[in-house]
Formats: sequence, C-alpha cells, structure tokens
Amino acid sequence: MTDLDLRPDPAAGVHASRPDSRGSAARYSSGRKRSMWRSNVRSTFKHIGLVALAVVMLYPLIWLLVSSFKPNDLIFRDLSLIPTEIDASNYTEGWSALTYPFGRYLLNSAVIVLGSLLGNLISCSMAAYAFARLEFRGRRLWFAIMLMSIMLPIHVIIVPQYVLFSRLDWINTFLPLIVPKLLATDAFFIFLMVQFFRGIPRELDEAARLDGCGHIRIYLRIMLPLSTPALATTAIFTFIWTWNDFFSQLIFLTKPAMYTAPVALRTFLDSSGQSSWGPMFAMSIVTLIPVFLAFLFGQKYLVKGIATTGIK
Amino acid sequence: MSVVSELRRTAGSRRSGPPGTPDGVTDSPAGDGRRRKGDGRMAAVFLAPWFLGLGLITVGPMLASAYLSFTDFGLLSAPNWIGWDNYTRMLDDPRLHKSLVVTFTYVLTAVPLQLILALGLAMLLDRGMRGLAFYRSVFYLPSLLGGSVAIAILWLQVFGVNGLVNKFLALFGIEGQGWVSSPDTALSTLVILHVWTFGAPMIIFLAGLRQIPEMYYEAASIDGAGKARQFFHITVPLLTPIIFFNLVLQVIGAFQSFTQAFVVSGGSGGPADSTLFYTLYLYQKGFTHLDMGYASAMAWLLLLIVAAMTAINFLASKYWVFYSD
Repeated sequence: MTDLDLRPDPAAGVHASRPDSRGSAARYSSGRKRSMWRSNVRSTFKHIGLVALAVVMLYPLIWLLVSSFKPNDLIFRDLSLIPTEIDASNYTEGWSALTYPFGRYLLNSAVIVLGSLLGNLISCSMAAYAFARLEFRGRRLWFAIMLMSIMLPIHVIIVPQYVLFSRLDWINTFLPLIVPKLLATDAFFIFLMVQFFRGIPRELDEAARLDGCGHIRIYLRIMLPLSTPALATTAIFTFIWTWNDFFSQLIFLTKPAMYTAPVALRTFLDSSGQSSWGPMFAMSIVTLIPVFLAFLFGQKYLVKGIATTGIK
Repeated sequence: MSVVSELRRTAGSRRSGPPGTPDGVTDSPAGDGRRRKGDGRMAAVFLAPWFLGLGLITVGPMLASAYLSFTDFGLLSAPNWIGWDNYTRMLDDPRLHKSLVVTFTYVLTAVPLQLILALGLAMLLDRGMRGLAFYRSVFYLPSLLGGSVAIAILWLQVFGVNGLVNKFLALFGIEGQGWVSSPDTALSTLVILHVWTFGAPMIIFLAGLRQIPEMYYEAASIDGAGKARQFFHITVPLLTPIIFFNLVLQVIGAFQSFTQAFVVSGGSGGPADSTLFYTLYLYQKGFTHLDMGYASAMAWLLLLIVAAMTAINFLASKYWVFYSD
C-alpha cells in the first residue's frame, strides 16, 4: 500500500510492465527507495506533531502537579515545569484548610464509590442476564425502554427525586447516591453486559442446563466468571464516574460533614477567595490521583469498553 | 454494537436481525420450540432491581416532574396547580433565553470541533505504528479527568489574569486578559475544555477505522486513487455510522454540561451570564431559589430539546449515514 500510493505519477506503474525487465526493475527499486525515504520523513514529522500535541495537552496537568509543590507567590511567576525547590506545605495546609480534614471527604467519596460499585455490578449484571438469555413477554419493548433510559437527562427527574429523598429523610446521607445504583439505574452498564453476555457461547449454558443447572446457577457459575472483562470495565467506569460526579453530590449532600471530595474541593473557592491556589491545587491533585490510578491499571478495559459501547 | 445502532434497530419498523446475529435482540433466544415456561418468572427475579429502579427512580419521578411543572411548588408548601403558567413564564424570562443561547452556542461549537479533532487524530494514529498505545493513552486521559471539579479549578487558573495562557502570550509580547472573567471569552474557555476531552470519541473512531478492510484501500490505490480520494470515498462513507454515533452521544452529553460552568463561574453562570448553561440555570431555579415547579418545567423543555436534537440527528442520518449491512 505505502509503496504504490506514494508514487507521484501513475505512469510508473506502466513502466513496470514493460518487457525490458532490467530497466523496469532498476526504476522500480529506485522509486521504492525514494518512497521509503519519503515515508520515513513523513512519519518523523507525524511523530513530531503528535508529541507536540501531547505536550500541549498534558502541559496543564503537569503544571498543576508541579505548582502544587510551589509556594503561592511562585505559582504565578513562572511557567516552568522544573521546581526550584519541593515544598509539601501546600498539601499539609490544604489538608486541614476546610471544616474537616480532607481525609474525611475522601472517605465519604470512597464509601459512595464502593456502594455504587457493588450496586452496579450486581444489579446491572442481573438485568443483563435476563435480556441476554431469558425468554419473556415484552422483552424487546423493555430492552428499548432500557436503551432510551440511558439517554434521559438526569435533570428531568432530579426535582422529584430530591422531594422523595427528603421525605424519606435521606438528604445528607449517602443513600440517594447509592440506592439508585442498587436498582440498576446506570443502564449503560446493563447494555454493556448484555453485549458481552451475547458473545458467550450459548452451548455452555445449554450444557449446564442439561446437567440440571437452573438460571441462577448458570448466572452465578458460568456467566459471571466468564464476564470478568465486562465486570472490570463496569467497575472502572463506575469508579471514575462516581468519583468525579458533582451534580448529584452537590444536591444531596449539603452538610460539610457529608461532603465528598469534589464538593469539598469546590468550597475552597468560596471560603478562601482565590488567594490560596497552592493548597487548592494540592487537594486537586489528591482528588485526581484515584482516577489516574484507575486509568493506569484499567487502561486495557477502558479502551475496549469505550471502543465497543462508546462509554465516555 | 452501539446504543445508537441498537436504538435504530429496535425503534425502527425493521425487525431485529435474523436470529443468531450477535447483536440483534432475537425474539426467542432459545430458538423456537424450546420456549421454557419458567423463564417469565425467572426474568422477573433477575429484572426485579431494574424494574424497581425504573419505577421508583426514573418513571415515577418523571411523572411527578411532569405534574410539578404545572404547579408553583416551592418545596416547603404543597404544590398548587397553576396550569401552563410556568411554561408561559419561560417565554419572557430573559435569563432563560440567555441560557438557551449559551447552551446552543456551546453545543454547536464544542461538539463539532471536538469530533473533527478526534477524527483527525484517529486518522493519524495508524495501526501498528510506533508509540500508538502511548499516544492513545495520553490523548484519552483528559476525557477521564475533564469533567472533574479539579480540572475546572485548573481551567480557572489557566485562563485567569495571571494564568498560564497569559504567561505564554507574554513570551511573544502579547498582553493577555482575564479570559474567564470577560463575558466575551468565558464561554470559549469552556469550549476549549470540552475540545480538550476529545480522547473518548477518538478511541471510538479508532475502533471504527479498524473495521474498514485494508483491501479497500489496496484496491483504490491500484486504481490510482490518492490519499484524499481514499479519505472521502472510502474512509468517510464507511465511518459515517461511527460519526453519527459519536455525534448523537456528544450532543446529548453536551446539552447537560454543568460542572465546569458551575465551578468556573462560582455557581453564578457569570460573567454577565455568559456561562449560564441551561442546567446551571435549572439548578439555580430549583435548588437555590427553591422554585421547583419552574425548574421542573425547565427540565421538560430540556428533555424536549434533547429529544428533538436526537430526532433531527436520526432523521438527517438517512441522507448521510451509510450502513453497509
């Protein structure tokens, strides 16, 4: 492919078929060398461009990291990524700058993330099993409803949800953030697992059924163990989304004791004006680290998951 | 394969693909004649959490929200039926109009820019090229972080008066300005933030490009088609379902943007309402002013807009999306 389409004039192809074999071979190999050289140059330029773009994209992130180790007055003075001295005081200061130590907010986030993880893994895989393997009336209709619910803006239901949860006295508890996950409201993951379950050979569960296994056993013993990639994808995305979530946490958690890391982070802007960038940056880094680690360890699943279902 | 193509399949008049196609919802998973009677009850067991969630967390609140949108509900007192008042109020609410303008401007600039960049980079990242995994990771990382409060805070600094952008411009002797504090440029900084997260659609494009058989390109280049022709006559047509998929999802997502604008403007949507996203105004109305009837009406208008945009996308797709199946 590279050889042919880089050749400038289509006539070159005609020469190659001339009876004079020596001449055409020489011409061919010189053309080939030239095009190889060209494609090398081209790929070098491409890599230079890609690296430049990567640097531009990552610059703010790295700058954030470096700045979190700089004293406040230096943050605004230099662009450079090389710190003159490493100073961790932003971290100690930021950790205790708000009503509660930052660890408290991280813990709150962790509890919500764990609850959501458990909920999504169990209830979404159950629903997915039904859609992928069970025969029941209205299956296509329910499936379509499930797909449409993926696209429903949360804003349409947030007000009555708030009313409902406040009637139940659940405001400023983690329940409004965890219970919906236990009820499989993150339908995207149902869809993801349906897709995966469909790929598991039906012969496996047919055989298990002949051996006398019921659906519950098949689900627990065959589908779930074979679905670790789908479960891992669900787990990683649930982790990252819940950790980053802001809108619903902002609405349901209004007492500082219950704040999650993102909600607490935002109050830096209220409480200290914009004077304490250093501590704020330090705590920003702290909240980004779990996501970054999930990205690092879950890359394989993240890329596969996003490529097959288009999760963001 | 994707939600969008599944929806197209399920919603369309066309029945699902022949039984046994890997991604079609077939009518009888076990094959005809082997219907099992117990399945219906079993399905009820497996679907119980989802049914509960659908009823209590999704459909119930939707109906309630529809009802509340016709009341003057303020949380503390019982809702009073006021008919279409909330909706007619929307007609002469200048801030609501402003928020619609802001949101549409954002969606119509940020989404296309992001998709063009995503496609362009996916094209550049060849199969088997050196460093592919590295580039893919680096470009994808911002998508995961972009929606977080931490990045919004970073953006506030990057585009602030003393921020990175101005420092950079100063190197060339250009005097910058407070980009986030100026009504003319604040929204653009959020567009840039959105474009910065092009990694997710890029990975979907990459997967789509991998589906195009290499032999099409070989055949075309033997026929003397250059890179540009190959791009417009092979790549783009075969990629249209993926472009469509990305477009639909990104438009739906972008209409609901909230965090970045909320953090960057300190919750106000300022300066001069220039970042007053629709959802931000809805939040202010519902949860700051406790005008929950009005917020519910706004939510329904949002649903209507998102549904209309999606419908337009689906209808228009007939003219430009090419399905080979």
